[in-house]
Amino acid sequence: MTERCNNACLHCYINLPKDDPTAIARELSTDRWKNILQQAADLGALTVRFTGGEPLLRDDFSELYLFARRLGLRVMLFTNARLITPELADLFVQIPPLKKIEISVYGMRPESYDAVAARPGAFAEFKRGIELLDDRKIAYVIKTALLPQNSDDLEALEEWVARNPWMNGDPALSCYFDLRARRDSIAKNELIRSLRISPEKSLVLLARREAVYRKEMAGFCAKFCQPSGDLLFNCGAGKSGCVDAYGKYQMCLMLRHPQTVFDLAKGSLREALTEFFPRLRELKATNPDYLQRCAQCFLYGLCEQCPAKSWAEHGTLDTPVDYFCQIAHAQARFLGLLKSDEMAWEVKDWGQRIDSLAKS
Amino acid sequence: MVPSITLNSICAPSQDVVAREIEGEVIIIPLTAGIGDMEDELFTLNETGKQIWQRLDGIADLKQIATELATEYDAPVEEIERDTVGLIQELAQRKIITVQ
Ligand code: SF4
Repeated sequence: MTERCNNACLHCYINLPKDDPTAIARELSTDRWKNILQQAADLGALTVRFTGGEPLLRDDFSELYLFARRLGLRVMLFTNARLITPELADLFVQIPPLKKIEISVYGMRPESYDAVAARPGAFAEFKRGIELLDDRKIAYVIKTALLPQNSDDLEALEEWVARNPWMNGDPALSCYFDLRARRDSIAKNELIRSLRISPEKSLVLLARREAVYRKEMAGFCAKFCQPSGDLLFNCGAGKSGCVDAYGKYQMCLMLRHPQTVFDLAKGSLREALTEFFPRLRELKATNPDYLQRCAQCFLYGLCEQCPAKSWAEHGTLDTPVDYFCQIAHAQARFLGLLKSDEMAWEVKDWGQRIDSLAKS
Repeated sequence: MVPSITLNSICAPSQDVVAREIEGEVIIIPLTAGIGDMEDELFTLNETGKQIWQRLDGIADLKQIATELATEYDAPVEEIERDTVGLIQELAQRKIITVQ
């Protein structure tokens, strides 16, 4: 709904300042959003996701929320909770979103939270937002980003999550941060790179619950790990998609490569879904490096490599992202899928290795 | 209190739900809080259910609706009446319809 945010999180791939005049001027009007929501409902969509930036920064948030719910859409709201007011919380009670609200949490203490969000006082507002939801028993789940600034809070966060009646299991934890999706700031990208967890440290994190991790990964790899070939889109991109704040329809939340977005000022959601995106889904990689590595790599399902990440990192759709490659290799070595000197794209007996992981 | 449903009941879709037809199915999406137990799973009507639902206009009683459907589908009226009362009972329980 907007790329603006009241937080200025250090690791964020999209945020613009909350008062950014250019962004405000470019954002879709209420009527344009209503038209898009109507199109989505007419196409049979059951759920829409309102995200940002911080979607609650839009003055017309409640109006659009009600409009979507009256169309019979369920609303999945991604927010940092800082702007939840008693009135808004009451609205969620009266007209429930029918999807748990997803709240990003950046720390369990004012010092850590405010350091990540780079906004003094942000923690206090977040806490207040949470209290408003708790008082009314509104269902929400918690996601977090793990940075050096808040890594000491992990235990406290997990204890809090364990008491959350709407969550089963650990909070979604992001630490493999994406670079700026608009490729708009070299300085911010440098900062994001410096905040990324190292492959070694990521293993320490995963090994905290090693048995559970191994078990989950055995199932996961059996299902998803295999070479993907030269087809670029092996995910669900372009089957539902995501409209950005300015009316460009993207194949997924992340991918903002100008050649892959559809301008909704010039055509409908239906045209994008039935004509434009299906053509893009047939695109094949041409980068020799990609064809030699990713196309033949059985870790493809495990690795975060995809056209959107390639775009953010390199400005192309088919360049291997070394950081994700290293993370995937470290995990695969930890799981015993790779020997220390092997590269995954060279492995031919990957099927057997995945089988033995399942049996171990 | 869930009202007891008879063939004389006159019902209408509740204002607290949105009914959507998606790929030929009628799906009922709660709008306000407290509609049945449908937080995450939505209530879907089968073909007969859809035919009944589309006739709930707050004017015709269930007997009229069942008779109309029995004629239209050339089916035994008792059976349709039973199905109609059964479905309406469930919809009333879930507060998807209002009963006059
Ligand atoms: S692990 Fe490396 S080679 Fe394999 S898919 Fe990821 S980036 Fe490509």
